[in-house]
Amino acid sequence: MHMFQSFLIKYAEIGTKGKNRYMFEDALVRQIRAALKRVDGEFHVGKESGRIYVTAKTAFEYDETVEALQTVFGVVEICPMMQVDDNGYEDLKQQVLKYMDEVYPDKKLTFKVVARRGNKQYPIHSEQMNRDLGEMILRAFPETKVDVHHPDVMLHVEVRNRINIYSLRIPGPGGMPVGTNGKAMLLLSGGIDSPVAGWMVAKRGVVIEATYFHAPPYTSERAKQKVVDLAKLVARYSGAIRLNIVNFTDCQLYIYDQCPHEELTIIMRRYMMRIAQTLAYDRECLALITGESIGQVASQTVQSLVCTNEVCTMPVFRPLIGFDKQDIVDISEKIKTYETSVLPYEDCCTIFVAKHPVTKPSLKAIQKSEKKLGEKMEELVKTAIDTVEVIWCAPEDSMV
Amino acid sequence: MKMEVYFDNSATTKVLDGVRDVVVKAMMEDYGNPSSRHQKGVDAENLLKAARVEIAKTLKVQEKEILFTSGGTESNNMALFGAAFANKRAGNHIITTSIEHAAVYNPMQVLEEAGFRVTYLPVDENGHIRLDELEATICEDTILVSIMYVNNEIGAVEPIEEIGNRIKHKKPDVLFHVDAIQAYGKYLIRPKRMKIDMMSVSGHKIHGPKGIGFLYIREGAKVKPLIYGGGQQRGMRSGTDNVPGAAGLGAAAKEAYTNFEEKIDYLYGLKEKMTEGLQKLDGVTVHGLTGRESAPQIVSAGFRGVRSEVLLHALEDKGIYVSSGSACSSNHPGISGALKGIGVKNDLLDSTIRFSFSRFNTEEEVDYCLRTLEELLPRLRRYQRG
Repeated sequence: MHMFQSFLIKYAEIGTKGKNRYMFEDALVRQIRAALKRVDGEFHVGKESGRIYVTAKTAFEYDETVEALQTVFGVVEICPMMQVDDNGYEDLKQQVLKYMDEVYPDKKLTFKVVARRGNKQYPIHSEQMNRDLGEMILRAFPETKVDVHHPDVMLHVEVRNRINIYSLRIPGPGGMPVGTNGKAMLLLSGGIDSPVAGWMVAKRGVVIEATYFHAPPYTSERAKQKVVDLAKLVARYSGAIRLNIVNFTDCQLYIYDQCPHEELTIIMRRYMMRIAQTLAYDRECLALITGESIGQVASQTVQSLVCTNEVCTMPVFRPLIGFDKQDIVDISEKIKTYETSVLPYEDCCTIFVAKHPVTKPSLKAIQKSEKKLGEKMEELVKTAIDTVEVIWCAPEDSMV
Repeated sequence: MKMEVYFDNSATTKVLDGVRDVVVKAMMEDYGNPSSRHQKGVDAENLLKAARVEIAKTLKVQEKEILFTSGGTESNNMALFGAAFANKRAGNHIITTSIEHAAVYNPMQVLEEAGFRVTYLPVDENGHIRLDELEATICEDTILVSIMYVNNEIGAVEPIEEIGNRIKHKKPDVLFHVDAIQAYGKYLIRPKRMKIDMMSVSGHKIHGPKGIGFLYIREGAKVKPLIYGGGQQRGMRSGTDNVPGAAGLGAAAKEAYTNFEEKIDYLYGLKEKMTEGLQKLDGVTVHGLTGRESAPQIVSAGFRGVRSEVLLHALEDKGIYVSSGSACSSNHPGISGALKGIGVKNDLLDSTIRFSFSRFNTEEEVDYCLRTLEELLPRLRRYQRG
C-alpha cells in the first residue's frame, strides 16, 4: 500500500457546531497527533479549507497508522489518498489509471468520477475531467461500468497544490474529539461492562478518570493489575487515564459486621458511589460513569439503581443502561478489552455477595441499616479516600 | 513482627549462591558455543560434560543417558511423544494415572487425538495407584507407562520400584517413564534398579536455574527426538546447548545429594512440626498420608469455611508465600486432580493450601506461619460468602 502517503480525515458532527467549530477541529488535530505518536513514522497533521489531512513525512507502517487513526474519536472516515504532482493533464490521466489498476485488481465494478478543482487555475473544468477520466477508465478496463447513482467506487480527483486521488473509505470510531466535553469519573471494575461504559462516554468527547475499589486480601494484586491493564486499553481511545485505587477492605468488613447480609451489595455500592463522587469533586470531574445495565444483576434492578443513585448529587452517566449483555460483549471485543475482562480474578463485588441478595430493596430500609454504621463508617471512608493510590495508565504501555 | 517466609518451594526455589556463581562464570567467561572447534568452544563443552557427569553420578547412570532440556515440561513431552511415536508399530496403548501434572496430562490428550488409547488409573485415598489394577491394564498393545514419583499437589509418593518390577514382569518391552520433578533431590533414585526407562527432572525445583532440566533416557530405549536441527546432544535435541543452565543444574544436583540424609531429615522435621500444628487448629484437615509416608517437602491442608485464594492473599499480607491447593480441580473438568482423586470433599477443594518447604526454611518460620494462621482463620471465617 505504498501508493498511499496521505489520509483525508472526515468528521461529521464537529462541522455543525457553529462558532465552536474551530475548537472542535483543533481538538481533533491534537488527538490525531497524539494517536500517531504510537506509530512508526513522522506525520504532518493539518487543517486545510475545512478538512483535516494526515501526510506521512517519512516511511511509515500503513496498517498501524490506520489502526491508530481508528482510535481517534471524532474521526468518521479515513480516506487513504494517492498524492501526485501536477505534471499536466495527460500525466494525471495515467496516474488515475494506475490508481484504478492497483487498488481494484478485480475490475468487475461500477464507478463514478468526482473531480473537484480547489485550484481554480487548473485549465480543465471538473465536468470535463469527470467525462474524460470516466471514458478513459472504461476504455482501459472494459469490464468496468459507470453508475452515477449507486457506484461501487466513487473515485475522487481533487486538484489542489498537488492532486489527491482517493476512493477507499475506512470507517473511524465516530463521536467527538476527547477534550471537548468536560471530565467524568468512571467506576472501573475488572468486568466487561465498565471499560465499555468508559469508552462510550469518552467517545462523546469526555476526558475520563477512573476509580477502582481494591479489597486485599479478598482481591489479589493480579485483579488490580487487570484493572490497570483495562484502563490502558481504554486509554488507547481516551488518552492516558488517571486511575484512583481505593483500599475498600475495612469499609467492606465493617458493613458486613453491621448490616443485614442481603443488603450488603447495595450498601457497599452506595459507599463506592460516595467515595467516587468525593474523588470526582477533588479532580473537577462533572459526572460519574458506571457500567450498569437494567436488571443485569441484583444490584442493577431499577429499585437497586434508585437506591445507589440516591447518594449521588452529580449526574451519573450509565451509557449501557438499555444494552443487552451480548451488545456489551460485542463492543468490548471491538475495543479489545474483552480478553482482559474475562480473566478469572475475583473483584470485590463478587466476593461479599449474599446467597440471596435483595432485588427490590427499599430505600428506607437501606437508609435505616446505614444509620447503624455511624461515625466509624465516616472515618473508614475518610481513611479510604486519604490513602488512595494513583496510577497513570498510558496507552503506550499496551500492545494489542 | 512480620517475617518473609517462602513456603512455595514446590512451585520454584531460590537459586543457590554456588549455582549462581557457576551460571555467571559460564555466561561471562566460558561463553563459547560447545559446537565451535576453537578453545572457547571446547571450554564450554567441558562445562556441559562436567554437568552431565555430576547429574549421572546422583542417579548411578551413564552420562550419555542424560539429555538436557528446557525443563520439566519439555522432558515430559519429549518422553511421551518421543516414546509413543518411536514405538507406535508395537502398539497404541498408554497407561498413566489420574493425578498427573498438566505436563503429562495434556500431552496424553494430544496423543489420544493422534490415535493412541490412554488409560488413566484412579488412586486410593492416599493417592496411590493399585498395583494389581496396573498389571491387569497392561495388554498386548501397551507400549508406555507414565507415572509420577511424587504428586505435586499432596506429596503422595508412588511405589516406583514395585511399579517398575510389575511392568517389566508383565511385559518387558513396555517403556516406563517417571515424572520425578517433585522427587529428584528428595529421594535416592536408582533408575537401573527401579527399571525406569525415562525420567523427567526440572532444575528450578532444586535450587537450580529456570529454563533447564533433563530427561534420563536409558541407553537402548527407543525414543524419537522432538526438536530437529544442528544435531546437538547426539541428535536427540538440537539447538545450541544451554551451557550456563546445564552448569547451574549440575551444581544444584550435586549439592542436593551432598549430606542428603541430613537434608531430608531436616525437611521431615519441618513437615512434622507443620502437620502437628495444623492438626491442632480448628477446622483444618491435612490431606493424604503424613510423616515419612509422603514427600518431605509438601503439606497440603484444607481450611473449612475459608476460600484458598483469600487465605493465600491474607498470608501473603503477613509475608508468607504459599500456593492454593488445587489448580486443576476447577479449571480442567477433564482431569480429576489429586485432591479430587483422593476423595477430598467439594467444600474443601476450594479451601486447600499447599505449603512446600526447602532446606532454607526454619522451625521459627513454621511457628510464625502457624501463629499467623491461628490469628487469621477466625477473622476470615467471620466473613464468608452468604
